[in-house]
Amino acid sequence: MMWKIPEGGHSPLVFIKIPMFLCCGHLDFKHLTSTMDLMPLQASQPFDPSKYRYTGPNVQPRQLPNTRSQAPITTGTSVIGLQFDGGVMIAADKLGSYGSLARYQNIGRLMRVNDHVILGCTGDYADFQFLRDIIDQKMIDEECLDDGIVTRAPALHCWLTRVLYNRRSRFDPLWTTFVVGGLDDDGKPFLGFVDKLGTAYTAPQIVSGMGGHLATPLLREKMEGQPPLSEEAARELLIRCMTVCYYRDCRAFSKFQIATLKAGSIKIEDDLEVKGDWEVAHFSKEHA
Amino acid sequence: MSAATALAPQPSTTGFSFDNCQRNAALESSGMAVPKAVKTGTTICGIVFKDGVILGADTRATDGSTVASLNCQKIHYLAPNMYCCGAGTAADTEQTTKLISSNLELHSLNTGRQAPLSTALKMLAQMLFKYQGHISAALVLGGVDRLGPHIYSVHPHGSVDRLPYVTMGSGSLAAMAVFESRYRPNMELEEGKKLVRDAIAAGIFNDLGSGTNVDLCVITKDGAQMLRPYDVANVKGARQERYRFKRGTTAVLKTRLRKFDVQEEEVVSMDTSEASGSA
Repeated sequence: MMWKIPEGGHSPLVFIKIPMFLCCGHLDFKHLTSTMDLMPLQASQPFDPSKYRYTGPNVQPRQLPNTRSQAPITTGTSVIGLQFDGGVMIAADKLGSYGSLARYQNIGRLMRVNDHVILGCTGDYADFQFLRDIIDQKMIDEECLDDGIVTRAPALHCWLTRVLYNRRSRFDPLWTTFVVGGLDDDGKPFLGFVDKLGTAYTAPQIVSGMGGHLATPLLREKMEGQPPLSEEAARELLIRCMTVCYYRDCRAFSKFQIATLKAGSIKIEDDLEVKGDWEVAHFSKEHA
Repeated sequence: MSAATALAPQPSTTGFSFDNCQRNAALESSGMAVPKAVKTGTTICGIVFKDGVILGADTRATDGSTVASLNCQKIHYLAPNMYCCGAGTAADTEQTTKLISSNLELHSLNTGRQAPLSTALKMLAQMLFKYQGHISAALVLGGVDRLGPHIYSVHPHGSVDRLPYVTMGSGSLAAMAVFESRYRPNMELEEGKKLVRDAIAAGIFNDLGSGTNVDLCVITKDGAQMLRPYDVANVKGARQERYRFKRGTTAVLKTRLRKFDVQEEEVVSMDTSEASGSA
């Protein structure tokens, strides 16, 4: 054992250098030889750098591109959006799930981009926050330019598509699905979907996440082949869809937000809660 | 009557029997083409209403991404007061319900009374559990017995749930969304039929594995009424015109009429052997 006292001699700590084979759990001397021996074994041989590469445990050859995002960590569930007569409405609940743990129960997944665009995000919350900061900065830059051109929903939708597709093509996706809503250049309601692969489309009703299987049939039944909904009817339909999603999605939550965009105004209602009806519990008794 | 002989060995009544798995593996290794399971990719559902139960199903059977059958029947008869909808592998649901239906008939003949729904439920659940989920049959069992109307759902591994409304199959989420938003207890018959029809329609139009028509089965204490089809939701478009070429499209250059004298010859064989006739 070698005693190594730091210079100055005033430190109370003492470093003890113990040979590594006493503190490792396994007897693997191969990596000890290559890292600890600085001189070549045969001094007469020329210096060969390949002999001094670390070959111990936890070595990963760097062949693949950097793939950080392989799985989402803190996630948000469905976002439901629909068009009504004169605007769009998007709803999302306020839960950030940590796997199956309902960890963050007061996070907002809806965002007011500028006076003309709202969006909601499903999937990894950190990736949403990352893009949210970038979008906010874009809007600040746009205001500074002050040239009369504003980003509308179709433009933001297109930009998001390119960003997400580019990331997926580099095998490093932003694990998010966006629902972008607003009015297009002609003043007609616009609702667009972009997912982590860069798949993008527009439709009168868009649902991302698990709610896609639950809410889409309800929205289509009420909206297909009908005249555009009024704002009250749209809000009532949205709340009904959020209720059904709360009943049947394991990662859903009762508190939710609704963002409404009409020509000239954006309103985000924050403290909404699903009123659940659990009377059905009386029926599921033990079968005879 | 029940003596087990070497000619007709009885299946073992205790334990799990996977004998056929060995036979299947041997057949497959000797080059036999394994028949592909035809899945149903379905929407099935059932509700309890005021006077009984209503079962609903779509009618599409899929084989991978091909529609194998446009109008197959997914509501199977079990007993005069019980019907069972089946989702999953078509052969499994068909044979399982047929087997349990036969056993129920024998049971009610043995006991001299109508079997309650829980008997069918136990038989189905125990059989599916015995095969550990390898029989891919997800069932909605519904009927009315002396204890009232019941709806049960049975999963392929053998678990059961008793609920006022259930859906199964690939379109179950779409149908369940409709139920969750519109079901209420003690509905009238017409309202119940419309709700079940709308739930199956949600599955048909929003799920790729379900399609074509809606079948309903209404069971009350007076009996069962099978409505097949209740709603023809997808009608194949009718051809707008006749697409055959009209006579004269190809120009006729020459016409020659030839008459043939046809002489018909009929050969009648007579039995002239000595064996015929009385001795």
